[in-house]
Amino acid sequence: MKLENAVDDQPYDPVLTLLGRSNEIALTSFTEFGLDKTVHRGVPVMRVETTDGPVTVTTVYDLTMAQYGVDRGLPGAYPRDYGDKNAAYTPAWQELFTGVASDTVLQFAREWASTAEATGGKCMIIIGAGINHWYHGNLMYRAGAMALMLTGCVGKNGGGLNHYVGQEKLAPMDSWGAIAFGKDWQSAVRLQQTPLWHYINTCQYRYDGQFSRYNTVPDNELTRQHTADEIYKSVRMGWMPFYPQFAQNTLELCREAIDSGATDDDGIKQYVLNKLKSKQLEYSVSDPDAEHNFPRVWYIWRGNAIMGSMKGHEYCLKHYLGTHSNAIAEDSEDHTTEVKWHDVAPVGKMDLIVDLNFRMDSSALYSDIVLPAASWYEKADLNSTDLHSFIHPLSAAIPPVWESKTDWNIFRDLAKATSEAAVKYFPEPQKDVVASPIAHDSAGEISQPVIKDWYRGECEAVPGRTMHGLTVVDRDYTKLYDKFISLGDRLRTTGLGAHGNHYQCEDAYDEMVASNHFAVERQNGNVYPSLKEDEWAANAVLHLSTLTNGVLNVRAYRNAERRTGLDLVDLGAGSEDVRIRFADLQAQPRRYNTSPLWSGVMTGGRAYAPYTYNVEKLIPWRTLTGRQHFYLDHEMYLAYGENLPTYKPSPKPEAYGDLKQTLKDGDARILNCLTPHGKWHIHSTYMENHRMLTLSRGCEPVWMSEVDAADLGIQDNDWVEVYNDHGVYCARATVSARIPKGVCIVYHVPERTVGIPKSQVRGGKRAGGHNSFTRIHLKPNFLAGGYGQFTYHFNYWGPIAPNRDTHVIVKRMDKVVF
Amino acid sequence: MDVRSQISMVFHLDKCIGCHTCSIACKNIWTDRKGAEYMWWNNVETKPGTGYPSKWENQDIYKGGWEKNGGGINLKGAGKPKSLTNIFHNPNLPVIDDYYEPFTYKYLDLIESPSGNDQPTARPISMITGEPMDIKMGPNWDDDLSGSPDYARNDSNLEKLSPSEREAMFQLERMAFFYLPRICNHCLNPACVASCPSGAIYKRGEDGVVLINQEVCRGWRMCVTACPYKKTYYNWSTGKSEKCILCYPRIEAGHAPACMHSCVGRIRYLGVMLYDADQIESVASADEADVVSRQMNMILDPFDPEVIASAKSNGIADSTMHAAQYSPAYKFVKEWNLALPLHPEFRTLPMLFYVPPLLPVMASVTQVDNTRQSEKMSPVAKHWPDSWLYDTSTKELFGSIDEARFPLQYMANLFSAGDTAQVGNRLKKLMAVRLHRRQTTVGDVSEDTVKMALADTGLTPQLADDIYYLTSLATFDDRFVIPAAHREQAIEMMEFTGDVKGSTGFGFQSGSAERGA
Repeated sequence: MKLENAVDDQPYDPVLTLLGRSNEIALTSFTEFGLDKTVHRGVPVMRVETTDGPVTVTTVYDLTMAQYGVDRGLPGAYPRDYGDKNAAYTPAWQELFTGVASDTVLQFAREWASTAEATGGKCMIIIGAGINHWYHGNLMYRAGAMALMLTGCVGKNGGGLNHYVGQEKLAPMDSWGAIAFGKDWQSAVRLQQTPLWHYINTCQYRYDGQFSRYNTVPDNELTRQHTADEIYKSVRMGWMPFYPQFAQNTLELCREAIDSGATDDDGIKQYVLNKLKSKQLEYSVSDPDAEHNFPRVWYIWRGNAIMGSMKGHEYCLKHYLGTHSNAIAEDSEDHTTEVKWHDVAPVGKMDLIVDLNFRMDSSALYSDIVLPAASWYEKADLNSTDLHSFIHPLSAAIPPVWESKTDWNIFRDLAKATSEAAVKYFPEPQKDVVASPIAHDSAGEISQPVIKDWYRGECEAVPGRTMHGLTVVDRDYTKLYDKFISLGDRLRTTGLGAHGNHYQCEDAYDEMVASNHFAVERQNGNVYPSLKEDEWAANAVLHLSTLTNGVLNVRAYRNAERRTGLDLVDLGAGSEDVRIRFADLQAQPRRYNTSPLWSGVMTGGRAYAPYTYNVEKLIPWRTLTGRQHFYLDHEMYLAYGENLPTYKPSPKPEAYGDLKQTLKDGDARILNCLTPHGKWHIHSTYMENHRMLTLSRGCEPVWMSEVDAADLGIQDNDWVEVYNDHGVYCARATVSARIPKGVCIVYHVPERTVGIPKSQVRGGKRAGGHNSFTRIHLKPNFLAGGYGQFTYHFNYWGPIAPNRDTHVIVKRMDKVVF
Repeated sequence: MDVRSQISMVFHLDKCIGCHTCSIACKNIWTDRKGAEYMWWNNVETKPGTGYPSKWENQDIYKGGWEKNGGGINLKGAGKPKSLTNIFHNPNLPVIDDYYEPFTYKYLDLIESPSGNDQPTARPISMITGEPMDIKMGPNWDDDLSGSPDYARNDSNLEKLSPSEREAMFQLERMAFFYLPRICNHCLNPACVASCPSGAIYKRGEDGVVLINQEVCRGWRMCVTACPYKKTYYNWSTGKSEKCILCYPRIEAGHAPACMHSCVGRIRYLGVMLYDADQIESVASADEADVVSRQMNMILDPFDPEVIASAKSNGIADSTMHAAQYSPAYKFVKEWNLALPLHPEFRTLPMLFYVPPLLPVMASVTQVDNTRQSEKMSPVAKHWPDSWLYDTSTKELFGSIDEARFPLQYMANLFSAGDTAQVGNRLKKLMAVRLHRRQTTVGDVSEDTVKMALADTGLTPQLADDIYYLTSLATFDDRFVIPAAHREQAIEMMEFTGDVKGSTGFGFQSGSAERGA
């Protein structure tokens, strides 16, 4: 961002360090969690007068140098040299955890830094979701980001952090987001962060206990907690979403409000707020095991939740489905305090599971209804990723086979059937009240500088500021189909945008109505652009996005110029004439526009590199201060000891709790089980494809080291069981010199549909897959909200469900029964 | 001089990621048929490993290829004199278990199983018998060092390596592996052709593609034994043998072979090479140490006026000559001397070439005393449990070729009949290119180092840039330079095109047997 004072626009030159500017030194404590050791190190400081009196300040750089133990001649317990094993962050110290020799680390660090210097920042980290699968994944990211930042590699072509996660989403998010979530018709939408949802609803929280038993945290009020209680807090504080919302049906709640005298939407909101404040209205998340709070109907689309994506598969079988389960774990002795504890956990919460799927996968096996879907070559659709900057079509080469239909048509038919049923069940329009978390890129994202819980009376309850928002939505279920097949004119007034950008699209909308190139729907005397067919919907996405419509792109840059006071519109120059239609993509995939929606500048044929927009154009980062944050002063980060980039050790199996029952009667060789991406499948897709199975030894094998296999009496291609308290997976062992000792690997995702035998250790019950031996552990500081970058954004911010810290026992099978 | 034209492929092994997309493309087009289930005309092997069929390189077992016999050469196991005595029993054939028994799954069980307490599962069944089976082998059974105790450690290329060199290859901290994609080598001295009692196998004059005439093949399977690369396969359903046809119907239409077209890493280059057929016999029977260099000498300079004249008199079309002058294969193999044939000691004069991979530098292990380590740790913390540390540090930015994780001897056993100098020179050249590019883009390698590395390997900065370009940036048109078939020749070949078009298709044209005879 521009280095100008916000008050008087005067330029300033920020100080990197106070060293040499101030003689005052503050001995500051730093904790290293691996050795569990706190040391005091000198940091140069200054006193600054504020309205609240004098304050001691230093720079983040100075703190970072002290944290990393860089001896700059300051007093305190700085390491002797690189060979000091007892001081954190020396090359010798890291040997204790990694097994990588100091010399290798030093050589790498020097080559990294000198290359960055010589090339002007062309050192790159390509990172995948694997990091997200470790409990302390955030700290690994921060370590990498720090190395990039210190060497000037952020926001450079050929440098920076290239994060290959979430690449499945469609790049023209500004337009598809509005269509997909029905924002062309109404404002509020219920979008759920899934890891916490499954953690609570599958009862996995019951087996967890206090997180401080496996997360190395300083002992304080904020860390002496159960993660489920923290989730409950995050929901009422407006940090995270949770649905079902309240113990009472929200349509009924609105009727009750009207009956009690509410005359308009504000009145309804006030009624709901009062009822929450008086604690007469209970949050579902506060008592998830009460029958009235169960989620009952589950549509699975574009995923393989049962086995594929959801960690803790066997808990899903038990608590969602009420069917067979191979979990033998028992409730933790640590109960929740705020979330109501039931002595007996409910089983079989779900009434109906509908799966929209083009494969008969594990989720389909467990669903009540499977709606066969068209595959990629049987429908019109769009495909793109933000890192690769091209947009591709999916086209129907053949009609959908047998009874399958395109996803679009299935949802359209569901909308139609619902509208028809609504004539009988909901003939009148309904009022609904939606609770939503405070959103990223909204004013609310700077509303909670400190944690004050309105529910405990620590502050006033103000929706959208100290708590979640409340929105009243009109629902006319009889019109669901009409709305599905037409593009609502709400867009004409609200405009579009994403990631803090905005543009009006009234003219583009009207063009769709007037032009012969778009189909229209005529409803009650109004004319709307039609979304009836999948290809028409794709064209609406393309026509309304800055990425594929240059006029809107230039407009969005103009708006960004107004908001930032920077010159930006040159980035859109030349894109005015870009107007990509679906047929154009069918002729050839197209590169989309450089747009303010994404942070890569691609003008002049440059490759997409994230954050080049921020670095070159001085666009503020989407953080609390508009800068990159290397010091996180959020209360939770301070309390957890994660205010600075920090090393936290991977938790020991005893602490993590995967093997409490399994090892009750004795010891065994414990292996860390990793479940990375497979070589020939994308999660479960293609896994059970005949060709790929032929190349994969006919199953998803368990990879083991030669050493562990020999010790366990396991030969290559033997059948083995991989198990712990959560469940069991049976497959053939692949013994390989390329696997490290102490580790085994099961690539995700095996399907239950092919070649899974019955387990011996579970008395002849059929084994599951790679998520049978996982259970969700969430890191509560990922719940934080209302604080700049720590603010909820669908599919971006919220706790990850890690599984790499999982430990198992591997045992040879003597008898294989299918 | 007898100038002939050969379409030749180069595989740049540094670029192969082992995805097997080539294998799948080939399988889907050519061998997705009854009797061909187990055939992989294109397969990808992990090295070290025993490959497919298992241990195919070990000619003590399979008796493939040629052996020197005084001044000349004989087929090792399936020569015509031998095949007459063994014509009803060929003792040196791989059996189905050396390949694998193709399998599928009993999917109907998922839908038709009676209700019970458990989910049903589809168990593996044989594609040959339909009966439940145990899967014990596959087309890439040792992929990514799968089953290294049984396969990689028994790789016959480990011969002549010291015990400590061998052991190092299987220590996690020192190991490396690479991929070796394989199709028919379309050899100049094909053992399959020589071994066939029926005369069904022939090498096409216009492009050197080796084909089995399905009309003439009688299924004696001598070619299966004779081919040291095990790239002819017997179809148990038709009773005939089959092999890679270099996708000639695609090539004739100006399309790349399916394996090349689908290659994700863009590792393949296809181009014309001219060679002197007069030398075939003498090169194939040369001393083992000379085979590689003499094969290189057979390849002719497409710019040499004498070669051009001789080619013309042999009926080689101008379009072929033109392609030969832009041939990426010629550049890698002859002009730059970067590529080598696979197992030249088999003496079939294979016409596919490999740029050997530059592997990471050797790691070592440092001992460390960790006995009291756990006492210091947080009780929750996992720590490094062993009394040694990985060390991959080097003195230079890029470690030297001698420090590579694969002993040079191993590479030499694969690509130069055991001659480490041949492989070493090529790897040094690749390293020189890398140093030159590092100096150009980063500038942290000293000028002297680069100059010395280039001079050592006979490169100039311009040549190094050319190599870099064709390796890293080349477009499809640079990598695939093939003359399309001449329409007039195609018509002549088919004789009565109008009568056969759309009916019998290629390969079954009556009269084509003459071409193999």
